[in-house]
Amino acid sequence: MATYELTINGKQYKVDADPSTPVLWILRDHLDMVGTKFGCGLAQCGACTIHLGDMATRSCVLPVSSIGNQEITTIEGLSDTGDHPVQKAWVDLDVAQCGYCQAGQIMTAAALLKRNKNPSDEEIASAMDGNICRCGTYLRIKAAVKTAAASL
Amino acid sequence: MEKTPTNHSRRSFLKTSVLAGGGLMISFSWLPKFASAGNAHALDLPELQWNEITGYIKITPDNIIKILNPNPEFGQNVMTSLPMMVAEELDIDWQKVVVEMGPHDNVKLGPQFTGGSNSIRMYWKPLREAGAAARSMLIEAAAQTWGVPAEEITTKEGILYHEKSGKSGTYGSVAAKAASLPIPKGIKLNNAKQFNVVRHSKKNVEGVKIVTGKPLFGMDYTTEGMLIAMIEHPPAFGMKLTSFDATETLKMPGIKDVFRQQLYPDGYEQAGFDTRTFNELLVVVGNTTWEVMNARKKLKVNWEPIADTKEVIAGRGGKKEVVVPAGLESSNVQMAKMIEQAKKPAQQLRKDGDPETAFKNAATIIERTYTAPFLAHNCMEPMNFFAHVTDDQALVIGPHQAPGWIEPTLSKILNLPADKIEIRMARMGGGFGLRAYGHYVTEAALISRKVKAPVKLVYSREDDMTYGIYRPMYTATYRAALDANKNLIAFHVKGGGIPESPIHANRFPAGAVDNYLAESWELPTNITIGAFRAPRSNFNAAAEQSFLDELAEAMGKDPIDFRLELLKRAKENPVGKNNEYDADRYAGVLKLVKEKSGWKNPANNKYSRGVAAYFCHNSYAAHVVDVVKKDGQPYVERVFSAMDCGIVINPDAATNMVQGAVVDGIGNALYGRLSHKDGMAEQNNFTRYRMIRMREAPKKIEVHFVENDIDPTGLGEPPFPPIFGAVANAIYKNTGKRVYNQPYMDALNSTPKAGF
Repeated sequence: MATYELTINGKQYKVDADPSTPVLWILRDHLDMVGTKFGCGLAQCGACTIHLGDMATRSCVLPVSSIGNQEITTIEGLSDTGDHPVQKAWVDLDVAQCGYCQAGQIMTAAALLKRNKNPSDEEIASAMDGNICRCGTYLRIKAAVKTAAASL
Repeated sequence: MEKTPTNHSRRSFLKTSVLAGGGLMISFSWLPKFASAGNAHALDLPELQWNEITGYIKITPDNIIKILNPNPEFGQNVMTSLPMMVAEELDIDWQKVVVEMGPHDNVKLGPQFTGGSNSIRMYWKPLREAGAAARSMLIEAAAQTWGVPAEEITTKEGILYHEKSGKSGTYGSVAAKAASLPIPKGIKLNNAKQFNVVRHSKKNVEGVKIVTGKPLFGMDYTTEGMLIAMIEHPPAFGMKLTSFDATETLKMPGIKDVFRQQLYPDGYEQAGFDTRTFNELLVVVGNTTWEVMNARKKLKVNWEPIADTKEVIAGRGGKKEVVVPAGLESSNVQMAKMIEQAKKPAQQLRKDGDPETAFKNAATIIERTYTAPFLAHNCMEPMNFFAHVTDDQALVIGPHQAPGWIEPTLSKILNLPADKIEIRMARMGGGFGLRAYGHYVTEAALISRKVKAPVKLVYSREDDMTYGIYRPMYTATYRAALDANKNLIAFHVKGGGIPESPIHANRFPAGAVDNYLAESWELPTNITIGAFRAPRSNFNAAAEQSFLDELAEAMGKDPIDFRLELLKRAKENPVGKNNEYDADRYAGVLKLVKEKSGWKNPANNKYSRGVAAYFCHNSYAAHVVDVVKKDGQPYVERVFSAMDCGIVINPDAATNMVQGAVVDGIGNALYGRLSHKDGMAEQNNFTRYRMIRMREAPKKIEVHFVENDIDPTGLGEPPFPPIFGAVANAIYKNTGKRVYNQPYMDALNSTPKAGF
């Protein structure tokens, strides 16, 4: 057990946890922030995507001991009122079916648009290929990324 | 009626979880946002006075109108589409409606079952009637209040008007009185041609919550003092728990208990959806998920092979005794067994004319065999359930498709009366049929009772993928007899599977061929199987529609025209009486997809085009799939889909559903496989189980619905099966290679594996 001070969505948190504990479970079990989803535990599906600094990162394989003073952003902190351009595009295009993967999709898309305001189809596919949507909403995800990009 | 009647004993039981802020379906904080986008004043919802007009409809004096969605939501959008059907008749402003997941209450809220593409169909009449009855009660209440004849009162978007007297009032102003009136029957319903809500696209009522990460799912549920449980199950089918040593596990931080738990008592008579793979559970309980995951690794467990085991199962077709065979099964051995079994005599399901003689006299016989592996559902949200079971009551919360089926099981296993069991339905992170089975609900309940605490049972991805309840393995051999003029004179299908046959004997092309034979066989296994999006159909449509394509080619006919000729025959002069499909509607989707895809348009010549159609779940689907080469492999770049599911409730969401089914179908056709070696699943996570990803999804999926006023039928499943066949047929056009064995990528890779 060790104590970690984390900056999540601009707020300070102190957690006691085993150093190996993935940030996913720190968020979900220790801090009750459950927007970040458990899908595979092996960084294969993207459901757990958060931002570490500006980078989309799979939180299920990210030990809490590796964070240091890097800032974490989760789906809960992407915007105050759900009005991030990516969130708005997701709602406008009614992307979700079951919705379980979508927080991860949105976090990956938001990180992409932060570094590339006008991504090509290939760049979108490249960024989003690590996020599985079992319901098969990929066309709408891609369209929503473009809609969000156009609104930036 | 003052307030919504509430079961107060349950209410106090639930209090902790609500106050702990983990409230799931009753998390009040988001409801004000829902009440109205333009009216976001804070509402203290628990204090609201809800007048229950019918079981589905509650209205406050301030005219907040709540519609309860009866059916569990697993992504098919019933949270939106079912309330739309109520709103259609109630005459309210959709933007101001509050939608809430209803409690499990089969008396007030109907069957509450998600599956079989049946939600819309089963609620089409009851929900519109509920809306119409409520509107009539509100009018009657206003008539009594104002002292005017009810016939003179009109409504518009939640307001009542009496033109002569100039009186008007909200539904809310008379809701208390309306709630005390009897619910009328036989109110005339709106004409399908004049629908105001139904047939108009409405956004997912949970869309904002989904994109902001609100706790909607079973996995998200938490409450004060809740423990996490995981189950260590045998590493292979055909194995069971012998003994274990948990010394090291119990030393790990956060671990509360490790114990053995029997799921069903000896001799338990399983209901149809009580399927479970392992009856002896090794349970690890602790404070947090990561601690339990880690501690599991320290378990020392001995497993042993099972003997043949008798089980009593009361499923479709009544009670039967089933022998679960011993053995550690391997997929290549199973495949060889299926091929052997297919040569043996089988059960005749249907025979028209004299197929034996027709085959004897045939100028040409075409015979092809198709196979498919087990498939894992791979819902994005792994199986999980919350349970808090005490001596005299049980609360279970989580993702399940059929609360009405799990309740009697819980009642029997926990020995509690049904009215002491509360089931709350969370939004499901996918279901695809798997969540119609309730073993994990019962597991969670027994674990909670044992540890005397609220518990959330969590499956890891590996637990989820290797547990079983897969789509069965199937094979089918199709034979067609052609005369010297290449006319189809006989058709024969003989199919089987492990452990069930896929064959639907009375579906197309039955009814369209004079001499027809359908036969079926089954082989037992200890690998558990269950419903998977369009059970059986999801294989038949692959095999049959590939075969019809090959047949059309052999007959020198266009594949769409060939199917239309058969359907013309089935309509004008059907063979046999028991043909499940409507030949006109079946032909309708083929004609529509032919038109919309520009089937014969030379502009589309750069694509390798494949077509397929299928009827299941009372609906009709046809697809044209356009394949190109990408990185040396066939890639489905475009798809045109035509659907006939009658009236479309929520067109944009329905389009989303069909697009998703297309992507799901392409993915499973090309990559889907769950195989075994010595009883052990060879895929246990997405590292080895290939799922379709954005790069492999088509660039465009154009969805067209046949416009008619027929009562709505299924949509979740019907578009899925024929995609397999259309992909196979397009691959053939692209590569010159017919693919017979799923997943198709095996044949497209340079060195195909033996069998699959």
